[in-house]
Amino acid sequence: MLRFLLRRAVLALLVCLTVLVISFALTRLSGDLAISIAGPNATEQDIATVRKNYGLDRPLPTQFVDWAVHAAEGDLGRSYLYHAPVAGLIKERMPITLTLGLTGLVIALVVAIPLGVIAAMREGSLLDRAIGLLALFGQAMPSFWLSLVLIIWLGLNLQLLPISGVDTWQGYIMPGIVLAFSAIPALMRLTRAGMIDALSSDYIRTARAKGLSSTKIVLKHALRNAAMPVVSVAAVQLGFMLGGSIVIEAVFALHGVGYLAWESISKNDFPVVQAVVLILAIIYIGLTLLADAMNAVLDPRLRAA
Amino acid sequence: MSPVLEAGNLRVTFGTSVAAVRGVSLTMNRGETHCLVGESGCGKSVTALAIMGLLSRTAHRSADILRFHDYDLTRLSERGMARLRGDRIAMIFQEPMTSLNPAYTVGSQMAEVFQRHRRVSRATALDRAAELLQRVGITAPGLRLKQYPHQLSGGLRQRVMISMALMCEPELLIADEPTTALDVTVQAQILRLLQNLQRELGLSLLLITHDLGIVARMADRVSVMYAGEIVESAPAGALFAAPTHPYTRGLLRCIPVPRQVRRDEPLGSIPGVVPRIAPDFVGCSFRDRCAQAMPDCARHVPRQRATIDHDYLCRLPTDWTRAEAA
Repeated sequence: MLRFLLRRAVLALLVCLTVLVISFALTRLSGDLAISIAGPNATEQDIATVRKNYGLDRPLPTQFVDWAVHAAEGDLGRSYLYHAPVAGLIKERMPITLTLGLTGLVIALVVAIPLGVIAAMREGSLLDRAIGLLALFGQAMPSFWLSLVLIIWLGLNLQLLPISGVDTWQGYIMPGIVLAFSAIPALMRLTRAGMIDALSSDYIRTARAKGLSSTKIVLKHALRNAAMPVVSVAAVQLGFMLGGSIVIEAVFALHGVGYLAWESISKNDFPVVQAVVLILAIIYIGLTLLADAMNAVLDPRLRAA
Repeated sequence: MSPVLEAGNLRVTFGTSVAAVRGVSLTMNRGETHCLVGESGCGKSVTALAIMGLLSRTAHRSADILRFHDYDLTRLSERGMARLRGDRIAMIFQEPMTSLNPAYTVGSQMAEVFQRHRRVSRATALDRAAELLQRVGITAPGLRLKQYPHQLSGGLRQRVMISMALMCEPELLIADEPTTALDVTVQAQILRLLQNLQRELGLSLLLITHDLGIVARMADRVSVMYAGEIVESAPAGALFAAPTHPYTRGLLRCIPVPRQVRRDEPLGSIPGVVPRIAPDFVGCSFRDRCAQAMPDCARHVPRQRATIDHDYLCRLPTDWTRAEAA
């Protein structure tokens, strides 16, 4: 168990390093930063000053090492836009994004797993096909459109939920639903496929031969074995939600990390962009590692590997 | 004494095109070993699953009689059947490698069945499990209980399956090719184990196999299945001494018997394979492979009695074999 996790952790660390390089390189590839920082009316002189002040005249490897070392110490540079440390900006906004992502994930799991289980138990039936169709719709629906529909319907017509901001917890519900919608189809299909597989297996026949109740057979014996791919994908989906909440945070005016990223991309605030990419990547890696650990708990065969 | 299990005209069909079991009747008494033999695909396993009520949803079962003691299994609800399964009727399967759930320890899977039917604490159930593992010849049962299926060999897993089936002291044990997936030395151990357990516990054992060597060693009574029907049924001794159905005779000719086979003479074989039978099939299903077939075999086939407890499904008279020998 420990060796398995250790190996995964070392791998994760290597991925982290790669991400560090890529996130650094991407911002440098998007044009001359000094020109964009100096602004449209700057003279050659201004640009040269900016380049010198921001250290952009140094060779790239030096810049990278400088940034990486600082990043490792928790110093992610200063935002040009906010004139504040990037780390602080992100720390302020992270709770909103995390809460939103977790809300989305919980809604997605609560909907997708029961639907997948029911579809698998009634494989080929009308109900199964109806659930499949629903998943198809969910996948095809653009999230900005769904956001607007929900805002109009639940927010304006029925006035059940606030249409923007997160002054109360209710503010998370609508954006959470929208985020969940993008994750439900994949999770549902995986649950269904895994359950169909598990339910037709020999050990389920054994469980039935033991006279266990169908609840126990489905929830204890089948779902446990079907859960592994679902756990892996749920972790990835949560990563997507955290990184992909940009649109939704903008629509619902939630000042989270996604909103910050959107702002800094459009204003060329590259230290912020770089830092957001890095932090989301690290969270992503952490989630994958967590999924590996959970799978090792679920499947004893992995622990020996 | 009333029989433990009684099946009359048991039928299983899959959709409208396949009849897997076509009117099987058998009776099992207490402490009896009844062997169901036949080629792959003849409906042995489906018969067992039909008795257990474990057929897939695509299968349709019907029977004139299907009784276990006083329970009418044709009328029993799924919940009622689940209460019998694992408690008074248990089953072990052909595939020891995949029949245990990979996610749970041996102990947890064994304890589960006892807790389900006996409402005891987990500790009591685990004690019982350890006792049974010891009984099936597993040393260090305490260690095995904590292990996962993938940590055990095939032979050990099948022993675990057997001891799991015995947790509640069932009266009827259905064993579907319990040794087919195991190597020969382990096979012998498992069979000896089943024999001993049966004697000690007074089990009725429905043993499904295609191996006539196992039949000769284990069976009190033998039923030979072909294409979903029992074509011949007799006490083991009578069946080996005086096989009457052409299929049974063909099967027995396929076994090499020491001192009877000659080096220059090929071992017997039956040409062709078991046909797929539709529900509206009439006549003898073996006629296409049978050397004795006659035109009338395409019509109804009678079940005849050779002796009081030996019957066979064929038009040929009981003494036809003497004519063949002559």
